[in-house]
Amino acid sequence: MKPNRNVLPGQPGPRLQQHWDWRAAANFICGGSGGGLVFFAALAGLAGVDVRAQMAAGLALAAAGLLCVWLEIGRPWRALNVFRHLRTSWMTREAAVALLLFGSGTLAVASSHPAAQALAGLCGLAFVYSQARILTADKGIPAWRHARCAPLMLLTGVAEGAGLIAATLPGELHAVAGMVIALAVLARLLLWRRYLDGLRESAAPVASLRALAAIERRFAVFGSIVPASLALLATAGALVGIAGTAIVLAVAGVLATAAGGLCKYTLIRRAAFTQGIALAHHPVRGGRRPAPPAAPGLSKA
Amino acid sequence: MTRYVMTIDLRRCVGCQTCTAACKNANATPPGVQWRRVLDLETGEFPDVRRSFLPMACMHCAEPPCADVCPTQATQKRGDGLVSIDYDVCIGCANCVMACPYEARSIVHEAHFAYGDTPIASEAIRFDPARLSVATKCSFCKERIDAAAGKGLVPGRDPEVTPACVNSCISGAMAFGDIDDPDSTVSRLLATTQHFRMHEDLGTGPSVHYIWDHA
Repeated sequence: MKPNRNVLPGQPGPRLQQHWDWRAAANFICGGSGGGLVFFAALAGLAGVDVRAQMAAGLALAAAGLLCVWLEIGRPWRALNVFRHLRTSWMTREAAVALLLFGSGTLAVASSHPAAQALAGLCGLAFVYSQARILTADKGIPAWRHARCAPLMLLTGVAEGAGLIAATLPGELHAVAGMVIALAVLARLLLWRRYLDGLRESAAPVASLRALAAIERRFAVFGSIVPASLALLATAGALVGIAGTAIVLAVAGVLATAAGGLCKYTLIRRAAFTQGIALAHHPVRGGRRPAPPAAPGLSKA
Repeated sequence: MTRYVMTIDLRRCVGCQTCTAACKNANATPPGVQWRRVLDLETGEFPDVRRSFLPMACMHCAEPPCADVCPTQATQKRGDGLVSIDYDVCIGCANCVMACPYEARSIVHEAHFAYGDTPIASEAIRFDPARLSVATKCSFCKERIDAAAGKGLVPGRDPEVTPACVNSCISGAMAFGDIDDPDSTVSRLLATTQHFRMHEDLGTGPSVHYIWDHA
């Protein structure tokens, strides 16, 4: 039995959502990493590398995320109802893409056929995209619905996939893998900064901005600059033929993946403040002049 | 066409929470769940401070984000403007809770009663296990509205088929009716006053109009 959430808002201002806990965050973290890993496994597979283990790991990650969210929903034995609203619901689309992902991924693992690998890779990317769109469709959470949230979510999944696969590739691909990680984490850092700037410019809850600002430095330094530097170092090492590039790539990959997890966990669990209320006009009683609009707790209230 | 809306005259609301209590009584919501509530807002800085009361519930939006994100179609927009939930279909994923900018939805997973785990007689009669672990919210008392046609009554005019909160309001701040009927109370009120809808910039098209001044 799941415990009841504190459902009554005590104040009119934004409050932290209480319904999606670590299990929902795990779905976004594992699903993003898994989808990204399957995508890069497919690319490496098409380049002739045996990627069955990496693809299986990506599928396992995505499955673990879905298992977590299945454990969270209130009526898990009705879970198949999730397929009933393909027309507008990104959660339905995520579930539908997951079916395709697991089907094509299993086929790719079993056969290593390029067509199956390519389809699995595309499904991996579509899975991450669906998850990103789930967040932006949730209008009640300003930090999620911002237009720059979905690109960030998509790219962090890509960066995590690149980070997870890099060290497992054969030595001749280390130079390329290092470049891909460096580009992905730096592009993610750019989107992250643009997302934060966009959120600050909008009327986002002050508490959301505070929660995101709390990880801003760690994300930039340990999640972006350090892994990008290590990845470029590994690329240079691979190009001149120095041994040990796999270890450097692995460290860069782990940092890139961990930073993605931190970003998503913060977004789902710590920065997910509700819209709160906005009183566009105060009631006019008697002869007092009208008071200005009120929107408690928002950065541009 | 019929589209039911609610008007709330903020000038009249005194924050008595009678509508909150009437809703709990009419819909047997458990402790901790209020489909309707009245927020008490203090704004401004001394000496220019204001106190306002803001009744909040499901806005029965014209473009409900909760219905769009619902993966099961348990949340549906009806032809008469009401947003309804099918408790037998909902999986309790809470996606609709996240999508609602008005915090109108609740999910409870455990049965709690006013005096602990054991229901008192009235609670035992009205307890509905179908409401556990699924999303719930204000329904505009849809059972009453659905009964209107059969009884030859008009929602918003006849108390028997009007939402309980509207009936209970001691100051006459709340009105309910068909906005497509130019003779309805809500149409006349909206034509003669200044009003706003909450978070209108989000494009949800709320059906609750807050009246704040005369025209």
